[in-house]
Amino acid sequence: MKKLKSLKELSDLRKKLEKDYNNKKEIFVCCGTGCRANNSLKIAEELEKILKENKKEIPVIRYLKKTGCHGFCERGPLVIFMPEEIFYCKVKEKDIQEIYEKTVLKNEVVSRLLYKEPREKKEIEKYKEIPFYKNQYRIAMRNIGKVDPFSIEDSIAKGAYLGLEAALKMKPEEIIEEIKKSGLRGRGGAGFLTWRKWEAARKEKSDVKYIICNGDEGDPGAFKDRSIMEGDPHSVIEGMIIASYAIGAKEGYIYVRDEYPLAVETLKKAIEDCRSLGILGKNILGTSHSFDIKISRGGGAFVCGESSALIRSVMGKVGEPRAKYIHATEKGLYDKPTVLNNVETLSDVGAIILKGGNWFASFGTEKSKGTKCFSLVGKVKNTGLIELPMGTTLRQIIYDIGGGIVKDKKFKAVQTGGPSGGCVPEALLDLPVDYEKLTEAGSMMGSGGMIVMDERTCMVDVARYFLKFLLEESCGKCTPCREGLRQLMAIYEKIVKGEGKEEDLDKIKKLSSAMKIASLCDLGRSAPNPVLSTLKYFEEEYIAHIKDKFCPAGVCSDLVIYEILQTCNGCGACRRICPVSAIVGKQKEIHKIIEEKCISCGSCYDVCPINVIIYKKKELKNG
Amino acid sequence: MVEIIVDGKKIKAREGNYLLRELKKNGFKIPALCDHLAVEPWGGCRLCLVKITKEDWKGWSKIVASCLYPVEDGLIVLTKDKEVEEARKEVLNLMVARSPQTPKVLELAKEYGIEKTSYEEYKEPTDCILCGLCTRICDQLGMSAISLVGRGIGREVAPPFNLEPPDCIGCLSCAYICPTNFIKFEENEKKRKIWGKEFEKLLCKNCGCGIVTKAEAEYFSKKQGIDPTVFELCDKCKREIYSKKFEELQK
Repeated sequence: MKKLKSLKELSDLRKKLEKDYNNKKEIFVCCGTGCRANNSLKIAEELEKILKENKKEIPVIRYLKKTGCHGFCERGPLVIFMPEEIFYCKVKEKDIQEIYEKTVLKNEVVSRLLYKEPREKKEIEKYKEIPFYKNQYRIAMRNIGKVDPFSIEDSIAKGAYLGLEAALKMKPEEIIEEIKKSGLRGRGGAGFLTWRKWEAARKEKSDVKYIICNGDEGDPGAFKDRSIMEGDPHSVIEGMIIASYAIGAKEGYIYVRDEYPLAVETLKKAIEDCRSLGILGKNILGTSHSFDIKISRGGGAFVCGESSALIRSVMGKVGEPRAKYIHATEKGLYDKPTVLNNVETLSDVGAIILKGGNWFASFGTEKSKGTKCFSLVGKVKNTGLIELPMGTTLRQIIYDIGGGIVKDKKFKAVQTGGPSGGCVPEALLDLPVDYEKLTEAGSMMGSGGMIVMDERTCMVDVARYFLKFLLEESCGKCTPCREGLRQLMAIYEKIVKGEGKEEDLDKIKKLSSAMKIASLCDLGRSAPNPVLSTLKYFEEEYIAHIKDKFCPAGVCSDLVIYEILQTCNGCGACRRICPVSAIVGKQKEIHKIIEEKCISCGSCYDVCPINVIIYKKKELKNG
Repeated sequence: MVEIIVDGKKIKAREGNYLLRELKKNGFKIPALCDHLAVEPWGGCRLCLVKITKEDWKGWSKIVASCLYPVEDGLIVLTKDKEVEEARKEVLNLMVARSPQTPKVLELAKEYGIEKTSYEEYKEPTDCILCGLCTRICDQLGMSAISLVGRGIGREVAPPFNLEPPDCIGCLSCAYICPTNFIKFEENEKKRKIWGKEFEKLLCKNCGCGIVTKAEAEYFSKKQGIDPTVFELCDKCKREIYSKKFEELQK
């Protein structure tokens, strides 16, 4: 690659690449982490081999592209024919030959591989007509799935660095003004206005300033930053260069979570390509602005997603938060002015500069502008990664895009914002999702994790799960977080064993409120959120555990016992799934659970096709 | 110097200095277990919480750890606010659960009306409150021989891999600064033992008593350029010899 010496040279290169890359017939094979785990790399390889070997027989040449995550992880591996938009899901190695023979050779559709709409059981052929995609609007994820993340040429042909081109023609103040107009707020969770950070750092008089991209996405069930870094690293780099130009920084770091090796690979390649094209380094594209990026890998600590702990970790110190009475924009990395933005925030920047702040602000609600990425997981039919305008209701997300609850069970709650967030109950399903509304509901935006829970989820157990996570991840620096989590956990352990007392609920509330006030960082201050929100909306479940010594959802194994009714048809499904072989019975005869062996896991209950397994209160041995 | 109002009383304070230090200087009693003038503040124990506001904050206020908060002009500080006192009390309550036999903790808890914790007491109580004073002073001296190991409730003060710390010079700063006397050491005329490591002492040329450890003398003379002869005599002998010299000069 030849180094580009001016903005015009980039523009010329783009024109050439657009011609070369954008008029091809292509096959996209999703090689995001989810599809990879389901063998998509092998599928791509095999398909590529067939295409190569049979070059002469193929009427229209197709190029195979290994793309980043398409978001519909539930249905992976995905194979998509472009520009026809034929969308194949759950593709297996053995399907490749048929795809080749029908679609590649004859342009026919293999209908058994098409997506079937679960409610109407109708096959949908085209990518964009699938409800999961139809209802989305993508800005931060604009190029994911369309580009080969390892190819800067392909990315440029699809519009990468158009925003940078525009930005480098503007004054830094104008860029900040545009970001201000857009109303962009931090996508990592707290929702701080991005332009405020940038302006504060810009005003600092210092030769050295830093931009840090926070890619330490640690919330259980969240994977939007991972997909952006893996699927379109150039959008992140573009955002960082624009930010560096706006505040006057010459160095940047991308802090990538240790568990994201693929993101490190794509980012490394992207940074190297940018350097050789002159998009990173000294005098970017012939301008007076210089900027370069280093990758810093995390060590697997959740708390390092907290900005001050992250900064310490970049410096090679133990990742521990510090008080933020002096902002990072004043004294951050190596005590120099530092702007720390989330991956998604930075990915939005290029599009905002290109299309204008007003365009971005035309999406969303009064105080939360633009679109937001969510990782939709849990007991929902279409799990995956989505991007929607702020203000979309939970109902639209869960039912229109998510396709409803698995096995059409009853919805109970949705947990948003990871361990620092809370559970939102059914009564609030029509809540428009934005920063303020989620906070009002006792939860938070967080990094956009959405865990959908059905009637078989015990809310006491959910709170206990998040407490356990936080207990393991608290750094231990401050007393309220370290000791408070330990004591909360102790109370919960008692409650799920049926040893809880009524005064425990007051104790939980009192301790939670002290932790919120007294903890050093947001990990400790928000740690009581899962506890308080479940207590607020599902107090009756707590009471059931404490007073009746019963778990209404049938989850807490010390409190429930399972039983097979006499109407059992002896299909044997429960017997086969039981992890401890506690179910006996001959085929087509009534089955029985051996109480002494049963661990009350409920697998039999969930698998029974005719619902003849029930659970009831377990008599506690010690009274 | 700027003017701030603390509990209704106007006081002068140095701008940018840590609030807790200014409050203490002016005689306000604020509990704090992880603060010490010899080291940079840390904000770990969370007892020094105060509520702050300003004239132009339109009634808005926030609770901060005073040990780390830099003094600003016009700050209005409430040290005995109800919310603050409640939070401090709860933090102490948690501390007593961890260290139910530690006099320093119990003393402070008593001031807040806590005789016994309302939480589950540790089955293996510890005097270490994880204030980090020992590791911070060790860092500051340039040794970093001990550190806070592990995270969350598994955290402890320890030398690397729980072995004899190779960088320790046996200066005892960690033991002296420890607010709860958790860090133990043994000592006689000739030897000193701390963190499982034994140190030989330099003996006074005059009287033969132990002065500092050899490792200490070596470190301070090499790294900080202190004349090694300084460590040849004990303090008592130094005083005697010099006073004699002084006497002779006077004659």
